[in-house]
Amino acid sequence: MAEPYVELKSVSKYFGSVVALKDVSFDVCPGEVHCLLGDNGAGKSTLIKTLSGVYAPDEGEIRVQGKPTRFASPADTRNSGIATVYQDLALVPLMSVARNFFLGREPMRKFGPISQFDAEFANRTAYDELSAMGIQLRDPEQPVGTLSGGERQCLAIARAVYFGAKVLILDEPTSALGVHQASVVLKLIVQSKARGIGVIFISHNVHHAYVVGDRFTLLKRGRCTGTYAKSEIDRDQLLNLMAGGKELVDLEQELNRAVKGSHA
Amino acid sequence: MAAEIRDERIRSVSRLSRLLSRPELGAAAGTVLVFVFFAITAGNTGLFSAKGIINFLEVSAQLGILAAPVALLMIAGEFDLSVGSMIGFAGILIAIPSVFWGWPIWLSLLFSFAVCGGIGALNGLAVVRTGLPSFIVTLGSLFMLRGLTLGLTRGISGRTQVSGVHELALNDPLNSLFSGQVFSGLIAWLSDIGLVGKRADGLPSISGIPVSIVWWIVLTLICTWLLTRSRFGNWIFAAGGEANAARNLGVPVARTKITLFVMTAMAAALFAAIQVLVTGSADTLRGTQKEFEAIIAVVIGGTLLTGGYGSAVGAMFGALIFGVVQMGIFYTGIDTDWFKLFMGAMMVIAVLFNSYVRNRAMRSR
Repeated sequence: MAEPYVELKSVSKYFGSVVALKDVSFDVCPGEVHCLLGDNGAGKSTLIKTLSGVYAPDEGEIRVQGKPTRFASPADTRNSGIATVYQDLALVPLMSVARNFFLGREPMRKFGPISQFDAEFANRTAYDELSAMGIQLRDPEQPVGTLSGGERQCLAIARAVYFGAKVLILDEPTSALGVHQASVVLKLIVQSKARGIGVIFISHNVHHAYVVGDRFTLLKRGRCTGTYAKSEIDRDQLLNLMAGGKELVDLEQELNRAVKGSHA
Repeated sequence: MAAEIRDERIRSVSRLSRLLSRPELGAAAGTVLVFVFFAITAGNTGLFSAKGIINFLEVSAQLGILAAPVALLMIAGEFDLSVGSMIGFAGILIAIPSVFWGWPIWLSLLFSFAVCGGIGALNGLAVVRTGLPSFIVTLGSLFMLRGLTLGLTRGISGRTQVSGVHELALNDPLNSLFSGQVFSGLIAWLSDIGLVGKRADGLPSISGIPVSIVWWIVLTLICTWLLTRSRFGNWIFAAGGEANAARNLGVPVARTKITLFVMTAMAAALFAAIQVLVTGSADTLRGTQKEFEAIIAVVIGGTLLTGGYGSAVGAMFGALIFGVVQMGIFYTGIDTDWFKLFMGAMMVIAVLFNSYVRNRAMRSR
């Protein structure tokens, strides 16, 4: 297998007396989709924030292309090719698609001593990049607020890819979307993978994850409960592991008893 | 590559519809309406003679000088209520050093601009650092600056008005930058070909264009360029639209806002410089309520109170409406007491109209 681009080695993170992550190892290779699955409170967010440089791990180490690394800041992480697309997407709804695409990294054009925002380049590039990803814009100058949820997600991903992301961390990219919109985003994930980008896909939706994932890591109460390749596990097994299959069975029985009890 | 994803529910829209979702639209339409209204009611009173036009343009220009940077600040999501008091304070900062301490006018002017810029930066810092609403922070500055102006002026001069600047400014190198008129040659020529009327003594009815009008137009052009064509403009929209997203993308939101507070303070200083050099005096009450007039002009101009959307050209139209209505009411002979009622109503109508336009812009097109 290819060398992982980024790697967490036995990472732990504590907040006071709370153990947020304990001894978690996780990696992603170029051209691979590695899904991180876990229920609320499993430590997914802490893991993302550790990977994206918001938190420094208390124990263990982070390696980028095999080299132990300490991220100084989220910007530092971004510069080493690891881009995080958070759920809020970092988009400004009242601004145009093109201006959002280049926000904070505006292309400039010189006119003698004055340099000004190269709107034409921004419009053209945003339009081309998005259509290469299968999103056909009506108009690159339309406000982001007029895009659908799936299109916004795609815009945020396309932007990260355009600015040289080698690893994409996607935080619940499909959770707020309808079936059709989610499939658009899933397609985009597969396309990013085809471009040789490593994708870390955080989700609690096994159905979405299983479609695009190559490997699956389950996180439970801050600990890693296993990493499986797609060939080793089928969807139902994953669903059981993930949703706490046993818990659901127990609940079902308990409810049955309660119903019978009330009839008695 | 994936097949083109095209939504069958999307229809193509015309250029007209795009034009209709511009922020300036309401103000431009309002300007036309106001002009038509006064052309009918005051058409033959001289409101639209060369002299009358210069009169209302001068009123508009003064407000417009404030409104352009205030529009930028409001698009960035902040208010500056201190500009009115800043005008009074800046005027005193020009007049007292010149009249009482013998400073040359040009030095007092630079001093006034520097101090006001500094106070603007303090306003900005206070807003950015404390995270308090700028409405509250600058409401504080509004009162503090007015009090400081009154206290200092009475303390130093024993009065609330400082006059005698005219004589001192007569030969000052910076005097003509802020007072006096330009393009008198052009006006004389326009008068010769009959476009500008002549007085009984054969001279043109106006001798030139007040320099404040030039400032107004230049400032509006600069602010428009900043907003639509510079990197800084992108940051202004982002800071007002979604500050967190902007910060996550590396936009220096705090620096952007502080810069804008400095700009509004400097605009107040410019307003004061023009006023003091044109009238020859400073008064502690100068600029009262100008902060609200500027906000009215900006809001009529289509800028959203909550930030993230708006235009400097719109603010120019807003100021123009303000000037035309103020002078128009005077010329038609309506009691000028009604002016504020009219402007207040204009603003409320403008807000309703603009929120309609914005909803249009945000609708899927």
